[in-house]
Amino acid sequence: MKDTAESYVTEDGRTIGEVILDLRGITLRFGGVEAIKNISFDIRKGEIRAIIGPNGAGKSSMLNVISGFYNPQEGEVWFRGERRPPMKPYQVARAGVARTFQNIALFEGMTVLDNIMTGRLNDMSAGLLAQAIWKGKAEREEIENRERAERIIDFLEIQHIRKTPVGRLPYGLKKRVELARALVAEPDLLLLDEPMAGMNVEEKEDMSRYILDVNDELGTTIALIEHDMGVVMDLSDRVVVMDYGRKIGDGTPDEVRGNQEVIDAYLGVAHD
Amino acid sequence: MLYREAGDFKTTYREDGQTFPIRLDRTAYFAILAVAALFVPFVINDYWLNAVLLPFLIYAIAAMGLNILTGYCGQVSLGTGAFMAVGAYACYKLMTAFPDINIAIHIVLSGFITAGVGMLFGLPSLRIKGFYLAVATLAAQFFLVWLFNRVPWFYNYSASGQINAPERTLAGFRITGPETQAWAVYLFCLVFVVASAWICRNLTRGAMGRKWMAIRDMDIAAEIIGVNPLRAKLSAFGVSSFFVGISGALFFSVYLGAVEVGEAFGINKSFLVLFMVIIGGLGSILGSFLGAAFMVLLPVLLKNVLVGGLGWPTDLAAHLEYMIVGGLIIFFLIVEPHGLAQLWRITKEKLRLWPFPH
Repeated sequence: MKDTAESYVTEDGRTIGEVILDLRGITLRFGGVEAIKNISFDIRKGEIRAIIGPNGAGKSSMLNVISGFYNPQEGEVWFRGERRPPMKPYQVARAGVARTFQNIALFEGMTVLDNIMTGRLNDMSAGLLAQAIWKGKAEREEIENRERAERIIDFLEIQHIRKTPVGRLPYGLKKRVELARALVAEPDLLLLDEPMAGMNVEEKEDMSRYILDVNDELGTTIALIEHDMGVVMDLSDRVVVMDYGRKIGDGTPDEVRGNQEVIDAYLGVAHD
Repeated sequence: MLYREAGDFKTTYREDGQTFPIRLDRTAYFAILAVAALFVPFVINDYWLNAVLLPFLIYAIAAMGLNILTGYCGQVSLGTGAFMAVGAYACYKLMTAFPDINIAIHIVLSGFITAGVGMLFGLPSLRIKGFYLAVATLAAQFFLVWLFNRVPWFYNYSASGQINAPERTLAGFRITGPETQAWAVYLFCLVFVVASAWICRNLTRGAMGRKWMAIRDMDIAAEIIGVNPLRAKLSAFGVSSFFVGISGALFFSVYLGAVEVGEAFGINKSFLVLFMVIIGGLGSILGSFLGAAFMVLLPVLLKNVLVGGLGWPTDLAAHLEYMIVGGLIIFFLIVEPHGLAQLWRITKEKLRLWPFPH
């Protein structure tokens, strides 16, 4: 399959067409180090797109470029059919991109519910005065957004911990809460940076199920970085492979698996 | 057995989000409010007013203000004394320039003026954090005190360099100046305290409070989910300074009556309010009250016990008082670093299970 193809059909029979995010010739340098070298790929509406590669390949940098954390020196980011000017991370978030982090970035001092409600902040516009007296728009927004937050809480099955401070939760649940916080913003594009890092097999299975459910039931477009090859090949519709800041493969899991360069660089020739 | 939430079902999000979700808490809150508003005014005298109640109420407002900035938004400030001074001088200038306007309006306006000054001095927080920001606010502390000392316009060119609160009445009752009516002054301050606490609580439980806490807990993640750090930090500085300014205005107009800026609003004041917030509990409205009560009541209590009860000489008692208060501060911080509010929270969690251990 080629990048330029108009559309493709996934293994479970969905037709994926419309490009939501298009990266064209992205180059990112830190001083003399080129973290990303002239990479182009697209993410299409409704798909699960994986970015894989060995450590230091530039995957997280790529995600940071998409979420506005880094601005690339060269190249263009096209989002929903428009070229995106250099933006601050909070502006990217408001434009409809949510993400999770490799090392959990939750607000430890707040409860699970408050953490998830922070994901709704972009849709809350009541003025300071209305909030101060807790009337009118402020109260209405709070209740509306609470309902949306509760829907995600149900969806990810974390009802029992909604009033618990996040600092007290075990690792696996924190990861789930972080996913909830990203999801509740109802993003057009959800970026997951190693959602399964440090989990045991059972937790990985749970998380995979949630990711598939999110994609399937909420229709969210997902781009994820993951090291567990089994998970990546099972979950994703298309895979980008990076090595030393270059793109060395792009296509469906089967295509990537058969790509000699990918096998050499990443999956390893030693196992054959 | 008495203190429990079992059987107290919430059927709407509005009920679930209220300030006191447990029925007994709610009852206790209204009981305290009723005693404070309906009983205390009838028994109050000048000693209780000036030694205990007024400082407690006024410092509680200042502590709430600082708690919003430091406890909720995580920005350390050592400029509280100076911002109180801004409130005091704003109030003085307004009182003398517009004598016909109601004093309550002057005090609220002083809060707004202080909010503006606070936001100005909050600008460095966008670049610097933690201890470095504390030092920057320290600069505000010294600069503002210097300004009020050196520019005669602020004290209306009076020979002493002091500011004196002119006599003002509210609905016919004397609030400021000599020979005030104790109960009227008390109620006047109580209204400000209750309103401030209500507003602080509303702001911190809603969208604004979540923005502040997000910035406090992890500013990078806050930015990634869409919080504009500039607006969040500046709004915290503004709201915080608003309440600190109101407390400064009250401190000057109804409590002290006459102020020499370096003495009343020096660096000591900044530390005193910061101690209140830390001892009471960062990020807790109740903690602001507990901290203010601790720092105001404990010295009064010790003095009464040592001088009044044991008959020791006053100077010895004064020295001992410093040592005991200092020791207790350290003791409390070791026992519960998260302050009195956290102790109260733990007690409540245990009470919910009592008398059954599990």
